[in-house]
Amino acid sequence: MTLNSEDLHQIAKIEKDKQDGFQHRIHVCVAAGCLSCGSGVLMDALGKEVNRRGLDNWCQIKGVGCLGLCAEGPLISLATSGTYYQGVKVSDVSDILDALGGNPVGRLLCPADTAFFKRQVRIVTENCGRIDPERIEEYIAESGYESLYLALTQMTPPEVIEQVTRSGLRGRGGAGYPTGLKWTTVSKAISSTKFIICNADEGDPGAFMDRSVLESDPHRVIEGMAIAGYATGASQGYIYVRAEYPLAVKRVRLALAQAERLGVLGNNIFNTHFNFTIKVRLGAGAFVCGEETALIASIEGRMGRPRPRPPFPAEFGLWEHPTLINNVETFANVPPIIRKGGKWFAGIGTEKSKGTKVFALAGKIVNTGLIEIPMGTPLRDIVFAIGGGIPGGKGFKAVQTGGPSGGCIPEQFLDMPVDYDSLLQVGSIMGSGGMIVMDETSCMVDVAKFFMEFCMSESCGKCAPCRVGTRQIYDILCRITGNQSTPEDLAMLEDLCDLMKNTSLCGLGQSAPNPVLTTLKYFRDEYLSHIHDRTCLAGACKTVVEVS
Amino acid sequence: MKQHPQKKVRTDLNPSRLLTFKIDERDVSAHEDESILTVARQNGISIPTLCHLDGLSERGACRLCIIEVKGVAKLLPSCVTFPRQDMEVITNSERVVTYRKKILELLFTERNHVCSVCVSNGHCELQNLAVELGVTHVRYPYLYPRHAVDASHSRFSIDHNRCVLCLRCVRVCDEIEGAHTWDIMGRGITSQVITDLNQPWGTSETCTGCGKCVQVCPTGALSEKGKSVAEMIKRRQFLPYLQMMRGRQDDSWQK
Repeated sequence: MTLNSEDLHQIAKIEKDKQDGFQHRIHVCVAAGCLSCGSGVLMDALGKEVNRRGLDNWCQIKGVGCLGLCAEGPLISLATSGTYYQGVKVSDVSDILDALGGNPVGRLLCPADTAFFKRQVRIVTENCGRIDPERIEEYIAESGYESLYLALTQMTPPEVIEQVTRSGLRGRGGAGYPTGLKWTTVSKAISSTKFIICNADEGDPGAFMDRSVLESDPHRVIEGMAIAGYATGASQGYIYVRAEYPLAVKRVRLALAQAERLGVLGNNIFNTHFNFTIKVRLGAGAFVCGEETALIASIEGRMGRPRPRPPFPAEFGLWEHPTLINNVETFANVPPIIRKGGKWFAGIGTEKSKGTKVFALAGKIVNTGLIEIPMGTPLRDIVFAIGGGIPGGKGFKAVQTGGPSGGCIPEQFLDMPVDYDSLLQVGSIMGSGGMIVMDETSCMVDVAKFFMEFCMSESCGKCAPCRVGTRQIYDILCRITGNQSTPEDLAMLEDLCDLMKNTSLCGLGQSAPNPVLTTLKYFRDEYLSHIHDRTCLAGACKTVVEVS
Repeated sequence: MKQHPQKKVRTDLNPSRLLTFKIDERDVSAHEDESILTVARQNGISIPTLCHLDGLSERGACRLCIIEVKGVAKLLPSCVTFPRQDMEVITNSERVVTYRKKILELLFTERNHVCSVCVSNGHCELQNLAVELGVTHVRYPYLYPRHAVDASHSRFSIDHNRCVLCLRCVRVCDEIEGAHTWDIMGRGITSQVITDLNQPWGTSETCTGCGKCVQVCPTGALSEKGKSVAEMIKRRQFLPYLQMMRGRQDDSWQK
């Protein structure tokens, strides 16, 4: 079956008419965060109650993707009035239905005019919390697959790449490599077979952006991949997603089946010569498989271990063929760029970092959840205005960005704009977008130890500096947070960090010392007080015996 | 013929192209597909290596062969880095020599390398490297892990305490013997070489008993039975011959 533009509009129109037929539409968040606090049961209860009252044609109950404010789940939103309810229980169901059309239920009300909602600019997450991720028709009703149609029928591959290049989009997986350049390189590669890989092996502790996008709007990623396939001359794609995200896997698989059924994936898409299919591959829980060469090895059925580059995957990737690897969020940015033009996208953000970035706020912060903000937003606004500050009136200490490869940013840099280059300057990285906030009760040595333990257990063991270095550094940090360190340990720590950074094979080993190096730089007094005074300044390390 | 899934041919390098570049300020010439390590050794310039062995595919994993290239901030492993015209390579700057020493020290701390009771004492590549690089002592704490000895094979035994995870045994078994008895399990510091699916070596149904793994092992980890301290001298003369017989293994950047 092949679709054309009228079919697409027809599907969108039927869907819109159907939605407009309802007086009220209640959106229940069914992404993993809210599901774990019982939104599935809540949605069933709402459905039953509506049915019991005989309001089936008057009020629609719909499961949608992430509404963002995961801390206050389960969340529901009333699409018709723009009201948000938080912490909704099954017992609240009849009150909510009673209040429809009248005054909202005060005790459940989630203020929607706060900075958390107002400061966000939604591009990647524009459909999150608005559409049912399990129905392709709803995605099409929100201009879905229009960009793919536009690209296939009205643009040449170089024109598509031109728009992506002009947008200034940079890789959202962490390193910030210019997406347009990557696409150009792969498109220049001479091979009849090329591959597109979507890296959804999101493994950073505290990061859940990719999961949310896949759970809330999987078609967006599929569309982005298909456009990339057209632009670079690839006809096969893989989504490499970690098996720890069962809901994301389920929804991606469902979305792929729906897309194939409608003909937006498959052969002769939109009556053109373009063919594109996507397969799902599950990661078995190795952090290092987020590294592109290890990821390729894993898809090929080999052990997930990186290999030295060059040659880069753009030249020699999956099964020796040129391969384009982009992150989930990068692909999710593509459809709006094609639809609205690269120039529009380049108008958002800072000079060198364009567009928006999705961040996962976690740790000691009031509004734990998912936010999307323009690049260049000051860190202070993210933590205090959008994030709502530190709970319990405690003082801010640091924010950790970029996961185990990133660093801890202290208070003195709070007014720094968040973009790729500024973060790099202070020793951290953008990373995939995890932000872990720490308050005054967090011991920074302990934080460094946590990340080093993670890197130690996730090191693949291929190269000697990373395999043994992570273990040695972890041991030193254990000695410091215990009470057995000597002043020499500090020098050895710096020595080992330098060694790993310069001699490790892949990005994991090269960046693993970052949390240690940044905490050493900005919170050296905490290390020193552990070593010399046997005191934990934050009072977090219980094993340190105070010496009077 | 269908290729083995692990064998990849690097086609971006043209073996018939020649170029000249500099190693330690000496002008040298090379084929485009000859690694910097190969060219350096042709010219009598020594670069320490551990996981590299002529005749086996490269892993670029021990990081001892790192070199500096002028204009490149990163240190590059010479076994998997190929020369470019007019490249300037420095193999023995203080920076790389210091790093090499530290990596070697880390390897010594990783397992229980007690030379005085080792079958390879005096004939050990790890020991020789330490002498060559002037590693007189190890500054990092020893990890003293508990590792077993598998002596279930009738002619050979493996002592994991001496293993440096160079994976020469895995590669020679797979690439030269074609048995793929050896492999690696685990991750990071808990990695370990295994026979079959971690079964005792003696019960392996794939092992042909050829002993190539024993001969290529750089340390006393793999040895012939019946050898006492310092008696295990490895014979790996067969390797260049076998490699020549079976054609060039051109997957040097894989694994």
